[in-house]
Amino acid sequence: MNIHAVRAIYRFEMARTWRTLMQSIISPVISTSLYFVVFGAAIGSRIPESQGISYGAFIVPGLIMLSLLTQSISNASFGIYFPKFTGTIYELLSAPVSYLEIVVSYVGAAATKSIILGLIILATAGLFVPLQVAHPWWMILFLVLTSVTFSLFGFIIGIWADGFEKLQVIPLLVITPLTFLGGSFYSIDILPPFWRTLALFNPVVYLISGFRWSFYGMADVSVGVSLAMTLGFLALFMAIVAWIFKTGYRLKA
Amino acid sequence: MSMQPIITISNLSKTYASGFQALKRVSLDIRRGEIFALLGPNGAGKTTLISTVCGIVKPTEGSVLVAGHDIVADYRAARSMIGLVPQELTTDAFESVWATVSFSRGLFGKSKNAAHIEEVLKALSLWDKKDNKLMTLSGGMKRRVLIAKALSHEPTILFLDEPTAGVDVELRRDMWQLVRSLQERGVTIILTTHYIDEAEEMADRIGVISKGEIILVDDKAELMRKLGKKQLALQLETPLERIPPELVAYNLDLASDGSELIYTYDAQGERSGILALLQDLNGAGIRFKDLQTTQSSLEDIFVSLVSKKK
Repeated sequence: MNIHAVRAIYRFEMARTWRTLMQSIISPVISTSLYFVVFGAAIGSRIPESQGISYGAFIVPGLIMLSLLTQSISNASFGIYFPKFTGTIYELLSAPVSYLEIVVSYVGAAATKSIILGLIILATAGLFVPLQVAHPWWMILFLVLTSVTFSLFGFIIGIWADGFEKLQVIPLLVITPLTFLGGSFYSIDILPPFWRTLALFNPVVYLISGFRWSFYGMADVSVGVSLAMTLGFLALFMAIVAWIFKTGYRLKA
Repeated sequence: MSMQPIITISNLSKTYASGFQALKRVSLDIRRGEIFALLGPNGAGKTTLISTVCGIVKPTEGSVLVAGHDIVADYRAARSMIGLVPQELTTDAFESVWATVSFSRGLFGKSKNAAHIEEVLKALSLWDKKDNKLMTLSGGMKRRVLIAKALSHEPTILFLDEPTAGVDVELRRDMWQLVRSLQERGVTIILTTHYIDEAEEMADRIGVISKGEIILVDDKAELMRKLGKKQLALQLETPLERIPPELVAYNLDLASDGSELIYTYDAQGERSGILALLQDLNGAGIRFKDLQTTQSSLEDIFVSLVSKKK
């Protein structure tokens, strides 16, 4: 294990985070706060409580999940795409580092950033609504697993992308709609039966449901299924990354 | 200098996905401690060859051993010995010089060593720029940073891909000096260039690559003797019909309907014979209005080498 290399890449990526503090931490916090102001305070006060949870509190896990998914993907994809774009990837490819070390350091840094972000949003939410976390360890588990899984997904997108447009296309056109429709702002139980069944094909539903269960003990699907889905995605993305490195896809000519 | 090769390239071929065959069964040994210049026109396969040895390009066929380590099976051992200075000026715009050079050292598996980084930066006249962001540096400075990155992890083999393309005279001189001092410390250096004078100045041995094939590898002195032909052209005031008998010994050629005399000589020879020729021309009453010397360009050399090979 080239531990010096893992440390060097991880530090490099984290330095990028602090350098772009505004974009990477502050702006998601501001946009999340706006959701709370609008949905939690303004509109939420007119929506009845369900199972003793105010609407403002209900949306907290979904909002954190929304940020986790989009930020994990964009951090990790940008982290590996940018060296490809500038050409500095030559150094990574010529260095005595294994593929596993490359993935661990890039994905580790992106996931670290997402976890920090998730915790900051959680703290921000605490300023607007009363928070309770029924199952803190589960909460941490989902937070970490989701961050790692979707940083891995971002890493794949970063390697696949051959332009800045492609970097944006999946977070914008796939992840954001799936998250909005995946129960961030409502329980899918309130949907008509047909739409509810359809919603179960949306993988994000399982992520949000499990995460919300760790807060309030209420879920759209059982927490075991949520966990299994998250681990399933993790396994899928790991398999794709393994294939990428085995073939050198879009990395080595 | 030990004759045991530090790099052994055997039957190395590379065909890109486009079908372009950049390397055709290249076999080449690099000797420990030498400066090896790889000469070739653009698109000859120089960068592909270097990139393959360094692990950036996957070989289609063949093998490369670096100090006995296979570059695929034992890539860690092979790569940690190699420093690569790429042709393109690719740098992280927002990093500082110090950070990017330290990063390279870590990436290649070396523990922190501020003293070594300092030494490298000072040797490359980068010390006073160590806190500057890379994007504020000039092209020449960026080139120095790339060299510093490659030297940060104390490689025993250094690849310099077109190190002096587009750099000013001062940097070129510095670079040559640096390469020599590295050689004194036992570093093996492989550089690519299309400037023959650079190869002449630096190299112990020269390899010529053309269309993906190594068409010649020779000691510099030997190659220079073979390639170093120069020509002196004299524009005559009055055209000659034939070469006067007293000048036959010079093997002159008449050109441009007799209005030009061409003398071919060995630029590496101790005596060019130009002075004697001019005196004899004077003695024969042949006057000229202008003169110029030309040296066969690298391209001519390639053409003649390639055609000779066929």
